[in-house]
Amino acid sequence: MKAVEIERRGWGPAEIASRYGIIISFLALFLILSFLSNNFLTPINIVNVLRQVSINGVLAVGMTFVILTAGIDLSIGSILALAGAVAASLVTGADPLPATLAVIVGLLVGTACGVVNGGLIAYFRVPPFVATLGMLSVARGATLLFLGGRPVPNLSLEFRWLGQGAVLGVPVPVIIFAVVFVAAFVTLRYSVYGRRVYAVGGNPRSAKTSGINTQGIVFSVYALMGALAGLAGVMLTARTTSALPQAGVGYELDAIAAVVIGGTSLTGGIGRIAYTLVGVLIIGMISNGLDLMGVSSYYQQIIKGSIIVLAVLIDRSKDNGV
Amino acid sequence: MDASTLSTEATGGAPLLLSANGVTKTFNKVAALIDGRIELRPGTVNALCGGNGAGKSTFLNVLMGLYRRDSGVIEIKGKPVEFSTPAEALAGGVAIITQELSPFLDMTVAENLYLGREQRRGRLFVDDRRMIADAENLLTRLKFPLPPTARLRDLSVAQSQLVEIAKAISRQSQILIMDEPTSAIGERETQLLFDAIHTLTAQGIGIIYVSHRLTEIFEIADDYTVFRDGRHVASGAIADIDRLGLIRSIVGRDLLEHRRRPKADVTPEPALSVRDFSRRGKFEDITLTLNKGEILGLYGLLGSGRSEFVNALYGTEPRDSGEISLDGKPIELKTPADSIRVGIALVTEDRKQTGLSLTASVAHNITIANLPHYTRLGFLDETAEHKSVAEQIKRFSIKVASPEQPVQRLSGGNQQKVVLARCLDAGPRILICDEPTRGVDEGAKREIYAFLSAFAAEGNSVLMISSEIPEILGNSDRIIVFRRGRIAGELPGSEATQEALVHLAS
Repeated sequence: MKAVEIERRGWGPAEIASRYGIIISFLALFLILSFLSNNFLTPINIVNVLRQVSINGVLAVGMTFVILTAGIDLSIGSILALAGAVAASLVTGADPLPATLAVIVGLLVGTACGVVNGGLIAYFRVPPFVATLGMLSVARGATLLFLGGRPVPNLSLEFRWLGQGAVLGVPVPVIIFAVVFVAAFVTLRYSVYGRRVYAVGGNPRSAKTSGINTQGIVFSVYALMGALAGLAGVMLTARTTSALPQAGVGYELDAIAAVVIGGTSLTGGIGRIAYTLVGVLIIGMISNGLDLMGVSSYYQQIIKGSIIVLAVLIDRSKDNGV
Repeated sequence: MDASTLSTEATGGAPLLLSANGVTKTFNKVAALIDGRIELRPGTVNALCGGNGAGKSTFLNVLMGLYRRDSGVIEIKGKPVEFSTPAEALAGGVAIITQELSPFLDMTVAENLYLGREQRRGRLFVDDRRMIADAENLLTRLKFPLPPTARLRDLSVAQSQLVEIAKAISRQSQILIMDEPTSAIGERETQLLFDAIHTLTAQGIGIIYVSHRLTEIFEIADDYTVFRDGRHVASGAIADIDRLGLIRSIVGRDLLEHRRRPKADVTPEPALSVRDFSRRGKFEDITLTLNKGEILGLYGLLGSGRSEFVNALYGTEPRDSGEISLDGKPIELKTPADSIRVGIALVTEDRKQTGLSLTASVAHNITIANLPHYTRLGFLDETAEHKSVAEQIKRFSIKVASPEQPVQRLSGGNQQKVVLARCLDAGPRILICDEPTRGVDEGAKREIYAFLSAFAAEGNSVLMISSEIPEILGNSDRIIVFRRGRIAGELPGSEATQEALVHLAS
């Protein structure tokens, strides 16, 4: 009987690093920060970190879908601002509309922008980088126009609860993030749609041969990203208690960083949303830790940027090792 | 009859432009070339013929300086040469026009011609006017109807080829190697190419013309050289041989009696028929019927339009016109999803590019085309998936450590089986296979053939594209031959022969 070559998974350091590297980094960072600052491991701080990462977390979930299809969305900061501005305008002043309505409107605004992105990318073959770069400017311009360059203050209490309230001690933004995360996790892992997203990212031509509506899937992930950006816009506005014209600038980078650090490949088809969560937490912890240590935010930018590049380098070297 | 090599006397005293003898090349203990021989007289076209694996490419790569030969002698105009790099070969007067042209599409003809050797003004600036004038002179001398200022993007494939040829000539090449020059161009443009070749040979340039298309060879070549199994087997003047004789040299007189498919009990009951399938430039007026329980083989040369036809049928590529009937009833199929739904599956020609998601696991690749089948309450039922995948792995004897293994790591044969499993997962009645055993080892090949046979025996139908003669002869109930986008003929599997197939396809 002919012996069959069975591929045995190696257990050497390289294998462990590539598969669990991100978790190890997370734990290491956790330990280092607890060591470096007395205030890190306190309940207040932990809740703080979670609250701070909620907005980026929601964005990173949407970005995970987009990057899984080998795409990218640079416009989410602007979409976030626009959605937040429109939502805020409904709950400001003496006679605010119900907060629920504002949330729905915010979601719709975000989705509308996402639909434009998705349409251009999926059906008109505009490269994702170009389409979303355009939307970044357009949505920001629309925000400035809408706000007349001025913030929207005096938001209703009901609305502000979304950003500042808590349920059983858990801040509302954290709850929102948790719900979004779990829904995304279940979708990507257990639904037909999720499996097809991976297929389209892994090899769009094979996906097409297998009967998958490739364009439809690509369209949908940008629409979804738009909706989540809208939600994040509502959350941010509620948290900062006013809609700012410059809200969300640069948020796309943090979201992309979280996804990439979490090991999702920019070339599509590989990645897990659970690891995006780890990426979100790592970024959050770094900012938080550096804050606690009193490091200036300018240095923080440099450090964050370097970590992103490092994460991508490691991602690339993993591909070469296969 | 094997002609012996031409002697210098027979060529009328003129020294041979190129002569090679006893050239060998071995890769990793596999001998790709055992005896490479050719004699090229100045001002003639020598057709280099041979099937896949005959050693032509290796031989040409040696001539081109891409490989260093292990032994043998190569002489240009009587002087021995040793090329270690393509640059040296070019300098020595040998240029190759390949199948895959890669011109700079957004530059002009003149710019493409002189890229890297531009006329300069001072040391830093390009002298456009001189360059265009030089290009004009060259193109007139060669009688190529090309405007020097046209952009490559606006030219046809044949015209791009002419640019490549002109480039080679402008480098003072005396010997041109043309590798399947007509595989990408139509009949009218072939004439353009042939006119160009006549102009070149009139100026004393020698051309080695590699092609499978016998009709063209008899039209353009002066001499022929045949390679088989890595060695030279015959050469001589085209005038001294006929089509059948050339075919015999190429496929070999000692024909192994090919394994034939036992005559299946096929009552002609149409499963799938197509009528007047056409797509401009790719295939035209394809009308055929696939019966239940039968394996229909599609044979043809590279570029004969079989893959494009089959992809148009399945829905991954467009068509200009054509009707489909399933079980006798007309049906509209526009996308792969439609085809899958009515029970048609396609195993594509290139599994890595269009058949598999290499980053995904074996299991995910197997179920991806049939996911709705595995849902329960809206979510994927992984238990059902695992069960189905395990059955498929067993059915096709796919050798994997675990179904979660990335499909990338599997051997070619096992990867192809994964593609088959995926196609079969949805329970199709019609299976279309495009080169089903390309890049697959012998053992897996036989397993795949056995599977196809069993599949047909259940009353299903197989449409199989293959360029491998033993494969098509050994597995088809009927064979349809494609030539240049049209159907050239049909043969019953039991009566078809190698020569008949090659004859129809060329």
